[in-house]
Amino acid sequence: MIRFISVLGLALFAALPARATVDIVPVTSPGGITAWLVEDHSIPFVSLEIRFRGGASLDLPGKRGATYLMTGLLEEGTGNMDAIAYAQRLEELAASFEFEAYDDAISISAQMLTENRDDAIAHLRGAVVSPSFSEDAIERVRAQVQSIIMGDANDPEDIASATFNQLAWGNHPYGSKREGTAESLAGLTRDDLIAAHQGALALDRVYVGASGDITGEELGLLLDTLLGGLPAEGAPMPDRADYALNGGVSVVDFETPQSVVVFGHQGIFRDDPDYIPAFILNSVVGGSGFASRLMTEVREERGLTYGIGSYLLPLDHGELYLGQFSSDNERVADAIEVVRDQWVDIAENGITQDELEAAKTYLTGAYPLRFDGNGRIANIMVGMQMSDLGTDYIPTRNDKVNAVTLDEIRTIAARLLQPENLHFVVVGKPEGLETTN
Amino acid sequence: MRNLHATLLAAVFAVPAAMATAAENVTSFMLENGLQLVVIEDHRAAAVTHMAWYRVGSADEPPGKSGIAHFLEHLMFKGTDDLEPGEFSRVVRANGGSDNAFTSYDYTGYFQRVAADRLGLMMQMEADRMRDLVLTEEEVAPELQVILEERSQRTDSSPGGLFGEQRRAAMYLNHPYGRSVIGWRHEMEGLTLQDAVDFYDEHYAPNNAIVIVAGDVYPEDALALAKEHYGPIAANPDLKPRVRPAEPPHIAERRVVYEDPRVSTPYVIRSYLAPERNAGDQKTAAALTFLAEILGGSSQTSVLGRSLQFVDPTALFTTAFYSGLSLDHGEFGVLVAPVEGRSLEEAEDDMDRVIAEFMETGVDLEQFERIKMQIRASEIYELDSVQGTARKYGAALTSGLTIEDVQAWPEVLQSVTPEDIMEAAAQVFDRRRAVTGFLSAPEAAEQEVGQ
Repeated sequence: MIRFISVLGLALFAALPARATVDIVPVTSPGGITAWLVEDHSIPFVSLEIRFRGGASLDLPGKRGATYLMTGLLEEGTGNMDAIAYAQRLEELAASFEFEAYDDAISISAQMLTENRDDAIAHLRGAVVSPSFSEDAIERVRAQVQSIIMGDANDPEDIASATFNQLAWGNHPYGSKREGTAESLAGLTRDDLIAAHQGALALDRVYVGASGDITGEELGLLLDTLLGGLPAEGAPMPDRADYALNGGVSVVDFETPQSVVVFGHQGIFRDDPDYIPAFILNSVVGGSGFASRLMTEVREERGLTYGIGSYLLPLDHGELYLGQFSSDNERVADAIEVVRDQWVDIAENGITQDELEAAKTYLTGAYPLRFDGNGRIANIMVGMQMSDLGTDYIPTRNDKVNAVTLDEIRTIAARLLQPENLHFVVVGKPEGLETTN
Repeated sequence: MRNLHATLLAAVFAVPAAMATAAENVTSFMLENGLQLVVIEDHRAAAVTHMAWYRVGSADEPPGKSGIAHFLEHLMFKGTDDLEPGEFSRVVRANGGSDNAFTSYDYTGYFQRVAADRLGLMMQMEADRMRDLVLTEEEVAPELQVILEERSQRTDSSPGGLFGEQRRAAMYLNHPYGRSVIGWRHEMEGLTLQDAVDFYDEHYAPNNAIVIVAGDVYPEDALALAKEHYGPIAANPDLKPRVRPAEPPHIAERRVVYEDPRVSTPYVIRSYLAPERNAGDQKTAAALTFLAEILGGSSQTSVLGRSLQFVDPTALFTTAFYSGLSLDHGEFGVLVAPVEGRSLEEAEDDMDRVIAEFMETGVDLEQFERIKMQIRASEIYELDSVQGTARKYGAALTSGLTIEDVQAWPEVLQSVTPEDIMEAAAQVFDRRRAVTGFLSAPEAAEQEVGQ
């Protein structure tokens, strides 16, 4: 019977829809702003995903946190509306706008109803183009960000990530938290925020995805209204980040029953010709939940953690291969050994043909399932544009995955997995572990 | 001006609101063995979500066995007479799908998301593990370590998690809602294979299950597949009604004070025992849903936010919440995190002062209309996530509600009046039925963080 079901599973596979059916139309506004659109008029609203390349890494020396604080203030008042009036108007429109500052981008995620779309866009425009940055709003949001910084300083997961980034990237913006430090945040002035706004939200770095109840013509006009008043050029992009970490262990003493571990080394850029083999390899190593090597060995076989995963982090100016898990203090050293052993094994031997086939089947089958909602589709389209992929990527992506051979995986495994460079940051009271070097 | 505004809103929303109901295409069937099948159609993408919900959760656990509902959920992936341990998920993945499960106080659920033409295979495997789970010590022992690590991660590593667990224990004098879903560590450590099997035998049966299929599927096709795979499973004739130990009258206010050096933002939080949504009777719950929005829905526009976070702010953060989707009891809560230098006692006074003022001045009608508008709009936005719709039905049907109740809920919400809200507020704001919690760091640690 075991075999029966497995065979049934494989037999059905032949019928799997291997191609995603998403019809992307590139749109250029009368004013020259480009966007990708998926039209779907079945629900009367539209999702817009807008991203500006650069993000928190544009912070100038001594001004760390400026982009993050600026982004947090976009919704805190515009024109003659203070923060309260702005929020009330947004509630009347029943639209939703979210603003986030990431390492390499600022994102605006918006959804709005069809029947009041023009009013919603006019309202969003105020936040994007002419935020007030009033002194009372600055102080209120600054206090909130200070509490985030203090909270993160007491959170073992945040400490682990922040420590790894600091050791890996040093003085590059990637090496510090985008919220800034308590000191740098305290020193930011209104002029700093205005400069951050002008430098970050500019037309030479904007990417747009739209999905839902809107036509290409309507979208073009909307984008000119929304973004037309932004500067043509923004601040220069940061330099490449130099990776500065060697293999070993760094223990950060923290009073907690369970240690948090962040581990990794250098990774691979998104435009590397071997990115897809690397992506498949990571799916087998630790990128795919229960089926991955790390989950099987550390959780299923030994019960050493609740969850463990690994991921490629191709930033614009630096590349990491990272993983994370938590284990009780008395067991974490064992878990680290299991991870190291897997790293050595896969670097030397690669993966099996079965593992490769299972990963391909999963990745190609799961891909079309991603495109299942306006917000998600808009999001994916912006990510594709920022990664320099064409609109033909979606129908051909699964072919690219299927074309990868076991030899290519072995080659990338030997290059990508570097057991001697693997560094573990451990936050907690781990037994039998000490900082090396 | 106010009237004009209201009229305008009604006009704008007449069409989409009607459309929302029509577009959420729901059909329900009952198999002869008592299994309920709910089909939610959405043909935009060739994908389907298949969920099996059991009307059993942590509040159904026998005394001394806290955590067994959730432990069993983990063990359900460990094989059957037909499937090897882990094979269930492997087959799902080999078909390009993903799967997982979840446990709450009132329900346990399992789901897969796959291409629409794999639905039959998912049903075949889910039906198999409904009655034919096979457990061995070899599989159970490491999984016990996994759930202990899960407790370490979710609860013991989180001051807010530990605090919430203590407040919950103080809230319920007799009802098992007082125990957390993950379970007390000392009881989890003692859970056995036999405990899991006993719990499974008692609760996992078609007449205690709801299967929800959402996505690119037609009701008659889903029904045919369900009859084929779930139909042959015999009902459990000994299934007992879900009657949990009931709460006695609450006559004494409770206070919980927890200090943990890992706390960086201290706060005061108060939870009141509140009515939940009941079949055919959701009016008070609807009023409380509005009350939570009015008091603490938005930092900028809510009563707490405006009073405490703007103009000489005394709070860093405020919120109010209501959880009414529950079989036996709901909870209404308010939270205030004071600015640096302000004590939790002062924060509690602020909270009480604002609530007292609200009880005097009543509902701001413009705010009320804005919230109604947003609730209407959310019905449209929710249509974009068929998985979210599936979860909404599953949670409701395992919490004592019917499909009619779920479909009536938007109407019930729209029919709430400001008077209903004030009446519900007067009913719920009774300190004798509340737990007030203070979370902070010990003095010394707080100073250390400040440096």
